[in-house]
Amino acid sequence: MQDDTGAVENRIISDIAAAATLSALEDVRVAALGKKGEVSALLKTLGGMDAEERQRLGPLFNQLKIRITEALQSRRDSLEAEELTRRLASETLDMTLPVDTDPQFEGRIHPVSQTMEELAVIFASMGFDVAEGPDIESGFYNFTALNIPDAHPARQMHDTFYLTAEEEGEALLLRTHTSPVQVRTMEAGARADGEEDGPPFRFIAPGRTYRCDSDQTHTPMFHQIEGLVIDKTTHMGHLKHTLEAFLTAFFEVDNVAIRFRPSYFPFTEPSMEVDIRCHRDGGKLIVGAGDDWMEIGGSGMVNPHVLRHAGIDADVYQGFAFGMGIDRLAMLKYGMPDLRAFFSADLRWLKHYGFLPIDVPGLAGGLSNKTLAVK
Amino acid sequence: MKFTLSWLKDHLETSAALDDIVDKLTLIGLEVEELVDPSETFTNFEVAEIIATVPHPEADRLQICTVKSSAGEQDLVCGAPNARVGLVGILAQEGAVIPASGMVLGKAKIRGIESKGMMCSGAELGLSDDHDGIVELAAGTEIGMGAATALGLDDPMIEIAITPNRPDCLGVRGIARDLAAAGLGTLKDDNVRPIVGEKDGGTSIVVSGDTCPVFAGCRIEGVQNTQSPDWLQARLKAIGLKPINALVDITNYISYDRGRPLHVYDADKLGGTVHARQAKAGESFVALDDETYELRDADCVIADDNGVLGLAGIMGGLASGSTLDTRNVLVESAWFDPVAIALSGRHHNIDSDARYRFERGVDPASVDTGLALAVQMIVEICGGTVCAPVTGGAVPTDKKHVSFAPARVRQLTGLEISEADMQTILEKLGFDVETGEVWKVGVPSWRPDIDDATHGADIVEEIIRIYGLDEVPSTPLPQDTGVVRPSLTLAQRRAGLMRRALAARGLVEAVTWSFVSQAQATAFHVAEGLELANPISSDLSHMRPSLLPGLMDAVQKNADRGAQQINLFELGHEFKAATPGAQRYAAAGLRAGMAAMKSWRGAPQAVDAYAARADAEAALAACGVATDALQVLPVSPDSGIDWYHPGRSGVLARNPREPMAVFGELHPALLAKFDIDMPVAAFEVWPDTVPEPKAPKQAGTDIARPALALSNLQMVRRDFAFEVAADVPAAEIVRAARGAEKKLISQVRVFDVFAGGQLAEGMKSVGLEVCLQPTEATLTDAEIEVVAEKVTSAVIKATGGRLRG
Repeated sequence: MQDDTGAVENRIISDIAAAATLSALEDVRVAALGKKGEVSALLKTLGGMDAEERQRLGPLFNQLKIRITEALQSRRDSLEAEELTRRLASETLDMTLPVDTDPQFEGRIHPVSQTMEELAVIFASMGFDVAEGPDIESGFYNFTALNIPDAHPARQMHDTFYLTAEEEGEALLLRTHTSPVQVRTMEAGARADGEEDGPPFRFIAPGRTYRCDSDQTHTPMFHQIEGLVIDKTTHMGHLKHTLEAFLTAFFEVDNVAIRFRPSYFPFTEPSMEVDIRCHRDGGKLIVGAGDDWMEIGGSGMVNPHVLRHAGIDADVYQGFAFGMGIDRLAMLKYGMPDLRAFFSADLRWLKHYGFLPIDVPGLAGGLSNKTLAVK
Repeated sequence: MKFTLSWLKDHLETSAALDDIVDKLTLIGLEVEELVDPSETFTNFEVAEIIATVPHPEADRLQICTVKSSAGEQDLVCGAPNARVGLVGILAQEGAVIPASGMVLGKAKIRGIESKGMMCSGAELGLSDDHDGIVELAAGTEIGMGAATALGLDDPMIEIAITPNRPDCLGVRGIARDLAAAGLGTLKDDNVRPIVGEKDGGTSIVVSGDTCPVFAGCRIEGVQNTQSPDWLQARLKAIGLKPINALVDITNYISYDRGRPLHVYDADKLGGTVHARQAKAGESFVALDDETYELRDADCVIADDNGVLGLAGIMGGLASGSTLDTRNVLVESAWFDPVAIALSGRHHNIDSDARYRFERGVDPASVDTGLALAVQMIVEICGGTVCAPVTGGAVPTDKKHVSFAPARVRQLTGLEISEADMQTILEKLGFDVETGEVWKVGVPSWRPDIDDATHGADIVEEIIRIYGLDEVPSTPLPQDTGVVRPSLTLAQRRAGLMRRALAARGLVEAVTWSFVSQAQATAFHVAEGLELANPISSDLSHMRPSLLPGLMDAVQKNADRGAQQINLFELGHEFKAATPGAQRYAAAGLRAGMAAMKSWRGAPQAVDAYAARADAEAALAACGVATDALQVLPVSPDSGIDWYHPGRSGVLARNPREPMAVFGELHPALLAKFDIDMPVAAFEVWPDTVPEPKAPKQAGTDIARPALALSNLQMVRRDFAFEVAADVPAAEIVRAARGAEKKLISQVRVFDVFAGGQLAEGMKSVGLEVCLQPTEATLTDAEIEVVAEKVTSAVIKATGGRLRG
């Protein structure tokens, strides 16, 4: 009988291996292990045997059943795997078809907004608040309070837009610079009469400004940033360092050299233009190093007349102010050649020069994420 | 302000190189805008002599000339009729750029003969219209000398920008004084001699009014007006002025040499006494620009007994001006109040060199010296007999003094400068100094800008700009130690978050003009007075009452360029009234054209108002608003907002009277006005309607989140379909369902809406999915059934509809 089981096993195992489909395999299983199956029949014979024979053949038959069951299972697994493979092959899709871009990679932040955020981040780290003021201004705040009386030649140099409306007999105007925010903010602080709101002051004031001028490099609307620090001992050396620190951080270079050039603004005394080191490489301008200078803004020590107009004691307080063009800073940093395109809302331009909403400027990782771009 | 190097050297004794002078000018506040060195034009041009000629074998009119230059001898072919042996002219060598044509001179072969270089005509050199012959220089001119030197064109022209506070540098002498103070040489002595009258004054002058405290005049008889001498013409031409005649040229010259405007009258055209007085209303005169000006009593005029001669300090009159026939002259040197001149010039809109100087402040002391210099030059050039000068009024002589504490230099600049250095600088600039603890500084008459009320800042500026701003030590501001505190206001933070929330929804931020056209402004009901008096163009004439017109303009322009999907937004101010405070911050955006382009995935889809609502909700959510608590209400006719489709728009509000946002498809009539032929869905959000967050009772407790209780029990979902009247808002059905069993119902969602089919006319079906979240025990079928009943009856009660089987 022992030899018999060996032959039975070999035959059934080869039938299992020959089964090409799951149903053929099922036929083999029924023929071997079904109620009337060959192995089942062998097992049934154990009942009629004496104890000794059963002792000998029982384990043999059971081993046979186990091996056949395992062989069936193994063959079933492999047939199922083959079938799955066939099905999956029939389900193939073209993975090169275009997918939808996530909206957050379609939207853009305008370079002016991005630049303003960068400015706010840099100056926040130096303790500057962000102040604001109205676009429509009176002659008092735009000129008189800034030490530019009515007949002053500097008024003519401002190319001012006037409204048809008047206030107290004087035509309202569109602010020609962000400097009126100096006076408004200091005045509000002085009036508030609380320790926290009065001097010292340390703030920037970014915003829209307007001049009646339009050509390749001038638009009737543009953006300026004003900076103001008023305290008891603030001096030009502090101004110089503040501008160096700011420009170095903004342009994301190791060190930006600046130069003061004497100039004249009625609201500062002494007054200086600020030049930045640069070099011109063909049509390209590189900021930070080189043998050339480029004007980047105006600055000076706040004229005591302005402090007095804002209700600040000019015998006790002094400080500096500076102003720069935000659009120009953006152009220098990000390489836009033409100012006029900033305000034309051309989607092609906005997509190219705009920033992703995930490009949030910060100091820890650097202001601009463009350094992440992999070519 | 333009001048030439040789002109500067009339006043400044210096050995400094041109480059050093130019650099120093900029560093002391006289910014060099342009430097024109004409000798650069004549690189590769030099003096050469023709030493031999032979006729050209192939052409009658040409000669082969042998010329001698610094390069030795060379042959060239020349067609000039005056080319002859012994002629000294200008030779252009190979590589020279011919000024008239811009052509680069190369090797040439003319009718078979090699020709090296070219002898130039006046026309080729850009000096004259003379094409007929080559330039002839004086015999004996040094061979090989640079052409610029030989032609007297080697005087570099410098143009500097003069800030309004420096009228003294509107004259070359003032510039020389600044350079001398800065160590670039010494100021030469003034060579003006006082006037010696050979006979009585012969003129009577009366001044009245506030504008003209002094008018000095000098009569010169028997002058011979003429063309100015070459040196004078050359200087005027070099700075872009056209020589006219000697009398006029001399006044122009002194205007630039000393910053001292003068006027020369034809004395034979004056009637009686000369007055400097206020005009009488109704008077008028014809100025040198041929225009007639109607005068006001605020204008100061120069007049004779017959009427107005000129507008004082601004422009002379045509009738009394000097011409080549003038024989007797009256030279005017006066001083006028800067403010009066500025206002008068602005009113009449006349720009002149005289106004430019007087309104900035002319040195009162130059009334006499300017007159003397003019008389001296007129006599030298035109001859004549000088009468004794006559002065009406008196030169204002009150010497201004300012007090100055030397410590101010360190206080304002952070730089230590010795008192001796300070004193030297001030004295070289013409200040006189009485030292002490507080210095008494006398201000020179030519510096009207120095102000005693700036706490010494004006004096500090003089010292530091000459000492050198480079020396100012870079010094960090005192900083609080530790981490800086947030710097933005609530409104600023909200603006930043809204910007990124909208961009994250696929909208592209634009920055459009604050001004729009009248038609656009009117379509958005612009308030009175928001019109510009002097717009840059008629398209940009009114302050925008809404951000939408600018964005719609952008839609139209982008669509013209072929864009089919235009998703834009802007953050900025809309202008509500013509006062400084009446501007309101808004976020607005629009989606125009296609929401989904044609695609392999499915059919294209046009934009609709629901996306605009989602945009508005995203912006409000960024401001901290819980948007699921907002109501969607129709746009009220009282709101004044009528630019949306009336049936496809709404407002988002917590309180119906104060909408936080409006959204919808834009009104087709408005789209037509903007020439837009694609659908546009838009929104406007006003963050100032969002209340400030309540301050927490204890600091920081608003940062931590509320405790979270999560249930492990299974959520049950049940679907319902209600048939209701078509005008029942879905939000009403949802609200009724939600309210049916507040404790268990965690969410109600509309998943289906349809009309037609088996439904009666005017009815619609709304499918709801209601989620039940038990918190204590798993729900039994009976409990779920009870809630379902409650939902059904609540919806039926609220809407009058029925549950569909």
